[in-house]
Amino acid sequence: MSIKGKAYIAGIYEHPSRKALDKTLPQLHAEIAKGVLEDAGLTKDDVDGYFCAGDAPGLGPINMIEYLGLNNVRHMDSTETGGSSYIVHVNHAAQAIAAGHCSVALITLAGRPVADAKEGKSARFYSPDAPDLPFEMPYRFNVVNMYAMCAMRHMHEYGTTSEQLAWIKVAASHHAQHNEHAKLRDVVTVEDVVNSPMIADPLHRMDCCVVTDGGGGLLVVSPEVAKSLKRPLVKVLGAGEAPKHLAGGDVDLTYSGACWSGPKAFEEAGVKPTDIKYASIYDSFTITVLETLEDLGFCEKGKGGAFVSDGNLISGVGKLPFNTDGGGLCNNHPGNRGGMTKVIEAARQIRGEAHPKVQVPNCDIALAHGTGGLLGARMGSATLILGSEAA
Amino acid sequence: MSTGQKSKPRLIVNSENKPYWEGAARGQLLIKKCNDCGKVHYYPRSICPHCFADNTAFVEASGDGVIYSYSVTRQAKPPYVIAYVTIDEGVSMLTNIVDCDVEKVHIGQRVKVSFVEAEEGYALPVFTPA
Ligand SMILES: [Zn+2]
Repeated sequence: MSIKGKAYIAGIYEHPSRKALDKTLPQLHAEIAKGVLEDAGLTKDDVDGYFCAGDAPGLGPINMIEYLGLNNVRHMDSTETGGSSYIVHVNHAAQAIAAGHCSVALITLAGRPVADAKEGKSARFYSPDAPDLPFEMPYRFNVVNMYAMCAMRHMHEYGTTSEQLAWIKVAASHHAQHNEHAKLRDVVTVEDVVNSPMIADPLHRMDCCVVTDGGGGLLVVSPEVAKSLKRPLVKVLGAGEAPKHLAGGDVDLTYSGACWSGPKAFEEAGVKPTDIKYASIYDSFTITVLETLEDLGFCEKGKGGAFVSDGNLISGVGKLPFNTDGGGLCNNHPGNRGGMTKVIEAARQIRGEAHPKVQVPNCDIALAHGTGGLLGARMGSATLILGSEAA
Repeated sequence: MSTGQKSKPRLIVNSENKPYWEGAARGQLLIKKCNDCGKVHYYPRSICPHCFADNTAFVEASGDGVIYSYSVTRQAKPPYVIAYVTIDEGVSMLTNIVDCDVEKVHIGQRVKVSFVEAEEGYALPVFTPA
């Protein structure tokens, strides 16, 4: 069964906070739920499906449905694939709606890593029972050095340069200057990026995303519900999800799970990479964007460096406007999970509600892609293609 | 031999991986081989991730390999090298490159296994330039 045209994104909300010292984690989820329902023009009693991931406290849906006072839920999903979870949730919500299991699915994400650090709470980390952890933790892996090894290998095999990676951050910064909520709003140059301090070779500080509090929410609804509302229609055209891992020691760091999630989503949507007018690409690091663009087929494998150079990702300048909210590199990476904001900005673009300085004209088909986990080890990749009603 | 850390590394030892750490303590790098399909894998599991047979055994690897990729974590004092090393048996493993000039580490470099003392009498396999 295809999900094409079976579901719509009727509500979007991005929490404005980037530092939520005065708010609890559940409170952020609730403010987001309220924001997304108001955006759609629905009430909490209309919600009959609820989705959250590992950022939600307790047993996820069980605790949050009670806290939020949702009384009509008949479908629950707590799929956890790290930062890509919320893109997977849209896929699963569309499947559930197509199967008649629910008609108004609420998805929420919230996090407060900045506030938690300030309060001395340790970072949320996965269980020591994870079978891989004994063989990785003693070597002092961290998020940056695991992505850095992907960049190092990509450079080795394809001649990708730090300057080319820097263009990705430059493009994000051009967009972030127009976003009043963005954590970093200064426009930067390639020189700024390559001259910023080296964190883990070859990734500089400006190759890395921001750490922020906040979150976001989505409302995925049936066609009947979507057409009864006053908001511009954002149709789900297709989706794909795929794990990628170290395969028992057969390690290749030059590609991501987008190799599989992308083709599946394009096939379901019945579109090609050249049909995409706008792309939200998970940007935990610049290398994440580069590998993903290649894997999704926007350019040939190994040619990502040339593709992103010279402003090709800048709205109004290049061929593929990306992350027009400033992305994780400049705007927001709530709870260290960037998939949610990727869908939100893609939906804004289809609605024509992005900032006028970055809005893509006649944006009828958009893509959102997430990479959860670690590009340098095991990841959950998820691709979503959205369209206008005419698409 | 040291990973540059101030204290001995504390390992996560469980019933499935204990022979691996005991091997390291004896100065052996062990990988798992499947007696059904004949393939090796890393990290070690009780059931073969290639064919799903529950017929795997630890075998000693040569300990020689080549750097597949690496990164120098500059914010640490002193900076340390994390790497994937592809050992000659064909599997790649996450590790550290130690006792080396961090500015000279490179992809394709030949390395050999070495062992760092860990807590509770175990040892951690690492690699040094060959
Ligand atoms: Zn086997």
